[in-house]
Amino acid sequence: MQIQLNGERHDLAGQPTITDLIDTLGLAGRRIAVEVNEQIVPRSQHAATRLAEGDRVEVVHAIGGG
Amino acid sequence: MTDPQLDQPWHVAGREFTSRLLVGTGKYRDLEETAAAVAASGAEIVTFAVRRTNLGQDADAPNLLDAVSPERYTLLPNTAGCYTASDAVRTCKLARELLDGHNLVKLEVLGDDRTLYPNVVETLKAADELVRDGFDVMVYTSDDPIVARELENRGCKAVMPLGSLIGSGHGLLNPASLRLILENATVPVLVDAGIGTASDAALAMEMGCAGVLMNSAIAHARHPVVMAGAMRKAIEAGREAFLAERMPRRAYAQASSPTQGLINE
Repeated sequence: MQIQLNGERHDLAGQPTITDLIDTLGLAGRRIAVEVNEQIVPRSQHAATRLAEGDRVEVVHAIGGG
Repeated sequence: MTDPQLDQPWHVAGREFTSRLLVGTGKYRDLEETAAAVAASGAEIVTFAVRRTNLGQDADAPNLLDAVSPERYTLLPNTAGCYTASDAVRTCKLARELLDGHNLVKLEVLGDDRTLYPNVVETLKAADELVRDGFDVMVYTSDDPIVARELENRGCKAVMPLGSLIGSGHGLLNPASLRLILENATVPVLVDAGIGTASDAALAMEMGCAGVLMNSAIAHARHPVVMAGAMRKAIEAGREAFLAERMPRRAYAQASSPTQGLINE
């Protein structure tokens, strides 16, 4: 299936959870935050939240800024 | 050292701070320089931006939060780069998730990319929403005293007017307006943006600001770590001068030495 990940099309096999997606991206254990369809998905719910076709997913982190 | 009889820690949203210098983390050469400059500034509150994670890149790349740790500093996520209230609110919610529920944020909603001047209409809208959602909002705004009052009335915990345009280094271009904001406000007023060098920061403090937030003035100095130290001292000097209450200005000279006992009398 296909999702929008940080504004780009992204193909996924099966129906992964957010935890699966983070693992696939090599971001496990990193300080990130995840939003699906403009709603925050708290870290505690990553394992239980399955992604669906067409979901718009944002993965963000802290960066230098003023 | 500031006389403890006179100076007190300052507070924002129930949190207590001693340092009145707040610093940004942008525009440094690398994270090592960022960490060194932040440490030299003595800042306790450090602001950062929230951006999309670069996917497919080195996942072991160092992270800002490793260099400037949430255990050591009070981190202040900002909404820099947001041009609408809804983008700013989304960014704050992402930041709160990123920092495990930490709810102190710096709201800024920009008007255009040439001036980075605040869009106060969108800023007011975003402030309403964020306050309703339980955020403690420190808000970047224009130097309009009425807008500052409106933001305070909406529940913002600190009002942060610009001294001049972000990254311009022009210092305080409208001290008269800043004075009006300071006279009216019951929340801390901090100058955010426009500081160019140490005297600009000292002037803001001499006027009675609770603090100053800066990024470029340190990061774009030829020697950022040295400038960070200069800013720390300027903030302290300006604060002490404010507490000491300066002498009145006079139109004519007034001799400092006795006028009696001159040898030619």
